[in-house]
Amino acid sequence: MTNRSPSPIILLGTRFLSPYIMVFGFYVIFHGHYSPGGGFQGGTLLAVSLLLIRIASGTKIASLQFKDYLATPYAALGVLIYFGTGLVAIFTGGYFLDYEQLPIPGLEAADLRYWGILIIELGIGLTVMTVLVLIYDNMVKGEDYA
Amino acid sequence: MLDFFMGHYAYWFTIILLAIGLYGMLMKKNLVKKVIGLSIFQAGVILFFVSVAMKEGATVPVKAYGLPVSEVSNYMNALPHTLMLTAIVVGVATLGVAFALLINIYNRYGTLNEEELLDKIQ
Amino acid sequence: MIGSEIPALIPVTYIFFAILIPVIGLWKREITWHLSLLGTGIATFFSAWGFMHLIQTGETIRYFFGGWMPPVGIEFVYDGLAAFIVLVINAIAFLVLIHSKEISKVEFPGKKMAYYTVSMLLMLGFNGMVLTGDLFNLYVFLEISSLSSYALIAIGEKRAPYSAFRYLIIGTVGGSFYLLGVGFLYTVTGTLNIIDMHEMLPMVIGHSSVIAALILMIVGVGVKAALFPLHGWLPDSYTFASSTSSALIAPIGTKVAAYILFRIILFLFGVELIDEQLPVTTIIGIFAGIGILYGSIMAIAQSELKKMLAYSSVSQIGYIIMGISLANPFGFIGAVLHILNHAMMKALLFLVSGSLRLKEGHSLITKFDNSYRKKYPWTMAAFTTAAISMVGLPPLAGFFSKWYLALGTIENSNWLLLAVILISSLLNAVYFFRIIEKVYLNNPEAESPEESEVVEKDEVGFSMMFPMAVMAIGLLLVGIFNAYIVNIIFNMFPAGF
Repeated sequence: MTNRSPSPIILLGTRFLSPYIMVFGFYVIFHGHYSPGGGFQGGTLLAVSLLLIRIASGTKIASLQFKDYLATPYAALGVLIYFGTGLVAIFTGGYFLDYEQLPIPGLEAADLRYWGILIIELGIGLTVMTVLVLIYDNMVKGEDYA
Repeated sequence: MLDFFMGHYAYWFTIILLAIGLYGMLMKKNLVKKVIGLSIFQAGVILFFVSVAMKEGATVPVKAYGLPVSEVSNYMNALPHTLMLTAIVVGVATLGVAFALLINIYNRYGTLNEEELLDKIQ
Repeated sequence: MIGSEIPALIPVTYIFFAILIPVIGLWKREITWHLSLLGTGIATFFSAWGFMHLIQTGETIRYFFGGWMPPVGIEFVYDGLAAFIVLVINAIAFLVLIHSKEISKVEFPGKKMAYYTVSMLLMLGFNGMVLTGDLFNLYVFLEISSLSSYALIAIGEKRAPYSAFRYLIIGTVGGSFYLLGVGFLYTVTGTLNIIDMHEMLPMVIGHSSVIAALILMIVGVGVKAALFPLHGWLPDSYTFASSTSSALIAPIGTKVAAYILFRIILFLFGVELIDEQLPVTTIIGIFAGIGILYGSIMAIAQSELKKMLAYSSVSQIGYIIMGISLANPFGFIGAVLHILNHAMMKALLFLVSGSLRLKEGHSLITKFDNSYRKKYPWTMAAFTTAAISMVGLPPLAGFFSKWYLALGTIENSNWLLLAVILISSLLNAVYFFRIIEKVYLNNPEAESPEESEVVEKDEVGFSMMFPMAVMAIGLLLVGIFNAYIVNIIFNMFPAGF
């Protein structure tokens, strides 16, 4: 799908749907820690919103929305958010990923665990989105490794 | 006898899915169909875990008003659902690696049919 | 303070470098090898420190993630056996990655960044599998390491992607079987923690799903460990992979899967419960014995060095699984000692085959001739050390692990397995001495020595010679000081010995 799809219905339909799917994906990520949803599901929806444009409009136009060389650094950034929170918990004296010890001022223990899970869900969502887009980009490139 | 089938129908569906997955992996000649069989096999295992979590008369494990959490028979067991989220992601990652390998095989040999592939390799 | 954080710091080191290598590798390509070496080096340092700390204080560290107490939360259990195996696999990975510098220029030239990232993730998976104390967490790390090994095996020569695909299908089915077994056990006991389940299993042992779970878990993990009928993926995968991949996956991967079989059979179920309904240890012992003989006989028939080493791996894993199946103290000591010995021997043999491939361009045994002893004196000396140790001659390390396994079979009065050990040692001698004869002794049908050309010494560089020398000296030291190591293994026994 490196070329634009010749049908105008597909082109217009995907361009119309993609922002709404992205908003819904963010909604699912942000409500993951107390209702159905979370990092994995929201990340997949965000990836869908990017992949729709890649399938329908081709790689040249889709790179206006999300450049393909950004995928690997953003995936590394998502993992860094996740285990950076864990390491901060070790440095302030608790176990790994013990959100009670995070140094955010003015919150008590139960609220700290609430916000800690939200932070790692953001990291997971970013990584899942970029990895799915990375898999698709590599399959389309089809290089010969022989 | 009927009770043996009807009382355990979740387990029967799991076995049927596992059997379909194994049939796909063993008998089909195209490599893509083998990967689809693998995916069905993993779906069978996931179905088994989720069916274990069911309790009679319980609702989904999301806190609802009027149903206190301290009374555990109100809510289904949430742990297998959480474990299966991770298992589904592992399945997706396996599919990603499988497709990358298939693209590599296609670029190298030009076919994805197992019999032609074995002829070309020798 | 940092001594109690060791179980979490070892995997976190690998995650940190798995993030760092892609980001820095996109900017500067040449620095990836140094970063991977730094990562493995720091992890080896942490595991050595943790091991020393454990020998001095003797207490098991139970590390609770997120601060949640055990049956509710996931924990890492850092007891004697886990500390020992983590030290072995990190040290072997460090030495293999030193060797990979020259090979990476020839075998996978443009892909160094991806290769070293995936190898960091591979080591993350292996370390996590060894350290964890939770059954589902073990499945997650099993799949992480499996996916990384599929990718590492596919970076190879002609047939590599197809062998990696076959390994993927078989390996994922194995992982799913293991997950189904964990599901059965969870349904019956209600917990996923290994220590907690060990206390609950005596109450539910009569239930038919427990024996089904045991069989599913053993078959699932047996695919990874190359137990006899399930070893079909191993020869093709190790032969066509790049030399560094074989040297990373062969000594470490099957050992970690054998360690999981240790945990399931001896620690989770325990020696009293394991034979309650089905003679599991006898069946595994028979399969291990057949695997030992099958691997040795097939290795004699091979004409390519890497395929011969792959079949030899099948045979040596049979020793370790036979040690598990004996379920007595001597068998346990023999199996753990053989994990250490075989990791060193097999890594050394695969590194030698990698060096020969780099210099000669092939590794066909039929083309070896006795110019090799002049061209590569030290490499061939390392190969000879490893070969003598594999056969099992004192004072090298291989003799002592076979000795303890033989004592274990005598204590169980299992004369068939004792005969299997002795016969397979002779078969090992056949296929290794064949190579040593070709390299060191003059070919009687060749022309007279004055007519053969003068070859000069063409030894491999320092970065390739150093790991081989360290491992060869290590084999000698482990053999001489093995009483000290066996004393440490005495502290690792499971309950009931």
